[in-house]
Amino acid sequence: MVSEKLTLQNPQGFHMRPAGVFAGEMGKFNSDIKIKFNGNDINGKSLMNIIAACIKCGSEIEVVCNGTDEQAALDKAVELINGGMGE
Amino acid sequence: MLSATGASKGIGIGKVFIVKDQELSFEQKTTENPEEEIIRYKNAVEVFCKNTEKAADRLKESASEKEAEILMGHILMIKDPYMNGEIKNKIESGQSAESAVDTVCNMFITVFSSTDDELTKQRATDVADIKTALLCLLLGIEEKSIADVPKGTIIVAKDLTPSMTAGIKKENVEGIITETGGKTSHSAILARALEIPAVLSLENACKIFSEGSQVIVDGTEGIVIKEPDERQLSEYMKKREIYLNEKEELKKYIGKETITKDGIKVELVGNIGKPDDANNVLECDGEGVGLFRTEFLFMDREKAPTEEEQFEAYKKAALIMKEKPVIIRTLDIGGDKDIPYMQLKKEENPFLGFRAVRYCLKNQELYHNQLKAILRASAYGNIKIMIPLVTCLNELTEVKDMILQIKSELENENISYNKNIEVGVMIETPAASLIADILAKEADFFSIGTNDLTGYTMCVDRGNKNVSYLYSPFEPAVLRSIEHIIKCAKAKNIPVGMCGEAASDPMLIPLLVSFGLDEYSVTPTSVLETRKNISNWSKAEADKIAQTVMNFNTKNEIIEYLSKI
Repeated sequence: MVSEKLTLQNPQGFHMRPAGVFAGEMGKFNSDIKIKFNGNDINGKSLMNIIAACIKCGSEIEVVCNGTDEQAALDKAVELINGGMGE
Repeated sequence: MLSATGASKGIGIGKVFIVKDQELSFEQKTTENPEEEIIRYKNAVEVFCKNTEKAADRLKESASEKEAEILMGHILMIKDPYMNGEIKNKIESGQSAESAVDTVCNMFITVFSSTDDELTKQRATDVADIKTALLCLLLGIEEKSIADVPKGTIIVAKDLTPSMTAGIKKENVEGIITETGGKTSHSAILARALEIPAVLSLENACKIFSEGSQVIVDGTEGIVIKEPDERQLSEYMKKREIYLNEKEELKKYIGKETITKDGIKVELVGNIGKPDDANNVLECDGEGVGLFRTEFLFMDREKAPTEEEQFEAYKKAALIMKEKPVIIRTLDIGGDKDIPYMQLKKEENPFLGFRAVRYCLKNQELYHNQLKAILRASAYGNIKIMIPLVTCLNELTEVKDMILQIKSELENENISYNKNIEVGVMIETPAASLIADILAKEADFFSIGTNDLTGYTMCVDRGNKNVSYLYSPFEPAVLRSIEHIIKCAKAKNIPVGMCGEAASDPMLIPLLVSFGLDEYSVTPTSVLETRKNISNWSKAEADKIAQTVMNFNTKNEIIEYLSKI
């Protein structure tokens, strides 16, 4: 299991577009992907769960990957979140 | 006449078409044959995705890429592994496909609508939309479409769903009225993208109009006129024509620089009250934010916002505007507002009292938090600080000292900020105007706040009907003050802007061009019009007019002359 703490950069928060990009990319990995936020575990492959979590700009989150390709998945997650999901 | 939220400018005159909620009742709540139900569900999803893709393509043509993206989002939502998995689980445990879709969608609608985030709330509409479409497919009912409404239709609905609007032919729809939704709702964004006049949040809209009756929608003013008479009809037809002509004319200025006829470049920016409004500025083609009023952060709450909360708000505006400037005005508040936690005493003369920078300098902790939040946010964009209601140099130097102090705190805490952040003064008192030459030595920029400058210069409360006739920026006293302020800024080579209503007044613009104003900060919706008005004048032409105007003795002469040029 690998994890990293990150700060969400997107000005409008983790809304539809960034969540769609993130969940879509994470769906390509075999590992189980979780976003820890406010004491909740959010399924990182589910756009709907990410939207429902209402993660705002500047929020501290932790991405946890667990599985055969966990390091690759975490690297991608870090790249996406730090790059604002291309926004 | 009914008034509600004007969400998309323009005037529409047409016949009411009411979009009724579709009856989607289903008897079959359970199933004996889950495998078959799963196949029915999968087929419905497949058709749904195909239909949605087609609708998105149509929307891309009629509105914009951004609108189409919202619809493409529906495909992502229905293919979501969690949502999809939940629906399949429910079917496998014996629910019918209809019932499973209904239950899971309703669950998400409840979750999304109960959040405190506007964008997340709006997603509930999308889920409702998906639910309706899937149920229609499963039940074999044709989904109600508003694609085929005849020419001259005013659409009246509870709310416009993305799929409903995808089929809209803008040449057939004169206007939109809904019961819910604000300026940033999906319906509003779509109406603006399609350039259809819209009035939203009109209570009971679906009940008060009768199908086929005539109605006028004024999306600029947020007015709806039910069954207008002849006089109203001809008045609004005229208004509509004027509006359409002007709009066509203004289109030429989208994406252009703001320059005078002889090529002098000036900055044209917008005034905002909330971080989200920065999006409006961009939508209206503004080149930055010339005035971000921060009062909203402090009002309607139990205690002052924390540094963190303010930091988020300022940062958000900075991020939205990217490299474009964002001038943040520090708290401008006083005894005329009731903010219980600030314990502002009622004053005899609140406008001459304990307010704005005076209050802030006496409440160091509160001001420290705000300045620190602004400095921290300055790492994320092009933020500048503006101090309101300055009347003497000490106020400016005291604030600058506080900023220096905070900078060293940030250094120690290893927090990044813009070391060269500009600190400017809002010139809105006769005192500041008279010592503009002194202030210009210490300030990085000026912004003339014409609303208060006019009031304080003329000694007039514009809300008092007995004296409000004196309130005018065309009074020689006010014009001289503006000219003097700009001259002082020029002498010290600092930029000078204007953020009051006067900055977009077409009659004042030739004078401002002549005086050499560098930055015009206006209501976002006035950006294009102001750009056009500025482009109408060359410096030489403007100088001639200014010379004549500054030699007149009275406001009446000035207005009469300027209204004829």
